Amino acid sequence: MVDRVIKKTEIADLVYRLMEKHRVYAPVRQQDMSSFQEISTADQIDLSLANTTLSPKSIMLPHSESMFEFALETTTDQAGILLEIETDPTPRVIFGIRPCDARAFQLLDLNFDTVAYKDPWWVKRRQITTIVGLGCNSPCGTCFCTSVGSGPFATEGLDLLLIDGEDELVIQVITAKGSKLLNDMGVEAELSGVKKEVVSSLQESSLQSIKSVVATESLKYHEAKALFNADFWEEVQFACINCGVCTFVCPTCWCFDIQDEVCKSKGVRLRSWDSCMFPLFTLHGSGHNPRSQKLQRLRQRFMHKLKYFVDKYDSGVACVGCGRCVQQCPVNIDIRQIFLLMNDFKVQPV
Amino acid sequence: MHTALLLLTERKVDVVLGFQRGTIPMMSHPILIRHPEGTDQLHWDSFCSTNLANYLPQRKERIAIFAKGCDSRNIVLQILENQIKREQLYIIGVPCQGMLDRRKVLTELYGRELLGVRETSEHLHLLGEGFMDSLERSNYLQENCSICTHRNAAIHDELLAEPVSEQEGVDRHEDVRAIEAMNAEERWSHFEKLLAPCIRCYACRNACPMCYCPVCFVDESMPQWLGKSIDPTDTKTFHFLRAYHLAGRCTDCGNCERACPMSIKVRQLTKKLEKDIAELYGYEAGLSLDQRPPLDTYRPDDPQEFIR
Repeated sequence: MVDRVIKKTEIADLVYRLMEKHRVYAPVRQQDMSSFQEISTADQIDLSLANTTLSPKSIMLPHSESMFEFALETTTDQAGILLEIETDPTPRVIFGIRPCDARAFQLLDLNFDTVAYKDPWWVKRRQITTIVGLGCNSPCGTCFCTSVGSGPFATEGLDLLLIDGEDELVIQVITAKGSKLLNDMGVEAELSGVKKEVVSSLQESSLQSIKSVVATESLKYHEAKALFNADFWEEVQFACINCGVCTFVCPTCWCFDIQDEVCKSKGVRLRSWDSCMFPLFTLHGSGHNPRSQKLQRLRQRFMHKLKYFVDKYDSGVACVGCGRCVQQCPVNIDIRQIFLLMNDFKVQPV
Repeated sequence: MHTALLLLTERKVDVVLGFQRGTIPMMSHPILIRHPEGTDQLHWDSFCSTNLANYLPQRKERIAIFAKGCDSRNIVLQILENQIKREQLYIIGVPCQGMLDRRKVLTELYGRELLGVRETSEHLHLLGEGFMDSLERSNYLQENCSICTHRNAAIHDELLAEPVSEQEGVDRHEDVRAIEAMNAEERWSHFEKLLAPCIRCYACRNACPMCYCPVCFVDESMPQWLGKSIDPTDTKTFHFLRAYHLAGRCTDCGNCERACPMSIKVRQLTKKLEKDIAELYGYEAGLSLDQRPPLDTYRPDDPQEFIR
């Protein structure tokens, strides 16, 4: 599979060609925030955005989606039967996703697409989507992707990787799916040797600019219960206001709630994002809440990402180092410091 | 820092509630200090905008707290609403020149990486690799701070500096009047647009020092008052009801708007209620321990024009 190159002035043209047969999602700036949106014109795309305010996870796991519908009228033979709502099968392209966010999809596959369980909505969306990444020439100060198994030009989870090489856009082909998309779009110009050197020096300088580093090597060797009972949680939890910002901006927080909503004689079964920061997340039908305290909820979030996930899948931490929570937490709870506390944890002698 | 050290050393308080320097530029981190040696972590700059009163309700210790004008007004309200006792508190008033809006400053960077900031009385200097920009402080105030008329603590046990002069002739409700002037249809579409980006993370609610209900109505499950999806009707219901719960209790500290990851101007709702309460009852929230919020008290001469 040969890497290609197009002029930057041809990007809009490429996007319009993609839009002929695909729903195209891309980074869009909206006043004071940014997110991935389905676009209707190429000029909506802003490839200069570093990490968007919201991660692109909603493209695969919508904030809220109707899974089933049902009727309550007893007069029909469909009464009370859950009918699956068809999801739109139109092929989709995510254009300009950062490598860390694409890796997040792979981490979520470990949960939604396993041998034993397959979440049909997740699996279908993954199948119909081609993922076109955009390498990070200038990572943010809060990016620590290189510490958690990704990198500014990492290709895991991508079908194609775009690299901004001044007046040209280099297109690195990662998978057969990506190659097919390029061929379908008629992108043929091959990457020259000179340009290859430009690209590797870009990658080198980007890698060196990442100063933010976290340690993870000891996490899997700690005893979970000892970490769970560590004293530092008390101090970490104080400032937390228990909002859902960290979980909702996070590309790897996947928890959801399923509820039925009924209006007159029709109803839908909805799946919506939920957050372990919310008391309702663990409230039992009996009225008992095993995580009634803020400390317990905050600890759950970090233990899940940096310990339980590590132990269960042996695929590293459930964090891709995008730094969104670091940037957005209203009270500056910095996950990089939690990495440090958890990784360097020593059991206190009794 | 010295004040806090003395208070802890002389055991006049059990804990000090203040700020630590944040891990990224233009951020601060609220901390609770229990030991005198911890006081060297204390920090103060123009990004200590979090309202520390948010951490007070139902605490049992004797607490020293650093309080800007708005923080102190929320403390007054919490005392009136029996969330904390006056005698538990040692309020260290910090006369405030207005806090700076981190997001507003970030828009001046155009993608350049900010390594740090330095402050002088009139300017904010942005430091990065190969650049140093100077911004005029007054242009980057949080919006609520730019129209604040109570920069000094309403109640205090000690002041950290000479009181600052209060801003006069400020038009606090220009944006509210603009919305009032709309017809019903325009106003509805204004609110729909305003609240459309909401992701229901509840940061606005949780950042609010007056939102301390043990169980918020959005978290009730039997009965469940509100849907869990991002249905626009549910989202609007949350925001409108939250605002109404704050009628006569909001000090416009701006913590809600600052916490919102989507930069939604949620203060437009609370400011309308602030204006109504001022017009109907001549009351401003949290200025005195002798005046209860008008909606939790009754007077025979309360205005009644709106119940016709």
